Amino acid sequence: MAGHATNEINSATAWGGKISPFNVSYGKLMMWFFLTSDALTFGGFLVAFGFARFGAQEAWPIGEQTFNALPFLGGGFPLVYVALMTFLLILSSVTMVLAVEAGHRMDKKGVTRWLFATIVGGLFFVGSQAWEWSHFIHGTDFGRVELADGSMAIVTADEFGAIQNFTVTKAGKHHQVNQVITSKDTDLLHDYQHAAAAGHLNGDIITLHDGSEARVSKAADKNMELIIKKKGSENEIGKVISGPEASAAYYGAIQSGKANKVIYGANLTQNEYGPKVYANYFFFITGFHGFHVSIGILLNIIVFINVLKGTYQRRGHYEMVEKTGLYWHFVDLVWVFVFTFFYLI
Amino acid sequence: MERDDIIEYSLDAHHSEEAGKSVRKKIWQVTALLSAITAIEVVMGAFIKHGSGAWVFVKWSFIAMTVVKAAYIVSVFMHLGEEKRNLRNLILIPYFIFILYIIFIILLEGSAYGDALRTYGA
Repeated sequence: MAGHATNEINSATAWGGKISPFNVSYGKLMMWFFLTSDALTFGGFLVAFGFARFGAQEAWPIGEQTFNALPFLGGGFPLVYVALMTFLLILSSVTMVLAVEAGHRMDKKGVTRWLFATIVGGLFFVGSQAWEWSHFIHGTDFGRVELADGSMAIVTADEFGAIQNFTVTKAGKHHQVNQVITSKDTDLLHDYQHAAAAGHLNGDIITLHDGSEARVSKAADKNMELIIKKKGSENEIGKVISGPEASAAYYGAIQSGKANKVIYGANLTQNEYGPKVYANYFFFITGFHGFHVSIGILLNIIVFINVLKGTYQRRGHYEMVEKTGLYWHFVDLVWVFVFTFFYLI
Repeated sequence: MERDDIIEYSLDAHHSEEAGKSVRKKIWQVTALLSAITAIEVVMGAFIKHGSGAWVFVKWSFIAMTVVKAAYIVSVFMHLGEEKRNLRNLILIPYFIFILYIIFIILLEGSAYGDALRTYGA
């Protein structure tokens, strides 16, 4: 009879919204579909990064040389900071799965505790990433230098000799002759780097913003070495220049009075650590991952509020924790790959 | 109104206190494993130099360790190992078909592109 449902088909064999062939709820299945497509997106990004690397004409940045600083402690700690970040994200994945487990036992207190720990871990991770970005953008004290033969080198040293003061030799708008400019008046390193990049360093004479000229007094660097990253007419990639020769080549370049001999830090148009495209991918992929983490924190906070309100206790199950949990583990999963391909290899 | 035409798969996920204990034990074991792998990776990355003789081995062991970590996260933390085989295949088979193909084709293209630049100039 038209308009009437019949029971002729066994409801156990028909999938009319009743029995799922996958034995999971609609929401969880859709979360898996989303994550599969998102994993392909990230896979595509990382493979594109590989394409850029395979086609690169200069040395690719090496993780332990590029990422070797710790907050408050400075350089000399290869990969330690990013390892801590990775460990933190793995731990927050663990607290998430413990929250899911507590949910399976309808243990509201347990879910609350572990979900809270997950949110805190996520916030710490995003904060660490912000520090990492800031460090990457500001660069090192030495920068990346273009030597006389057209080759490019990065610099390693035990210590960058501090800049003590500028003694004015020619008056400008703001400064008189013989005035001594110290770190109380201005950020000496910042001014020095600006002048070096703009070609305003001539020997030990710096031309300041107001047109005055000053003599730079700078302590000696300790154990400076240049590592060639882009080949020139004399130097091949991978060559290491050390001793007085390194210092002569480095200062000969940055104190030549010519602009663009040195690059400090990385942004979308220049990159101290290697090819420009490396920085572009670094910002894009770690940024897109950081965006995912931020969204994950937001979702976790929403679910956390619902847990506190007892929404899931009344519903009879904590599947929502499981679904945001899937997303959170996925974020961890992506980071495992980002860690390998950006920092280790 | 209670609906009798919907199966609440969501309710199937419950387990008892004892079952919870063994689940938690497994979670902590996997945690220890993932942390150990990460620690090994960092030590290898910090001490073995790029371009040294051992580097090719180190590079491939990084990739292998990454895949092991990923497998544990997906199978234990995301519970995919405990889902029905149907669901596992539904997620993994299309993913691997696409990702292996894209890795193969793009890296091949990338090295050909790099060779062309080196041979004929940028």
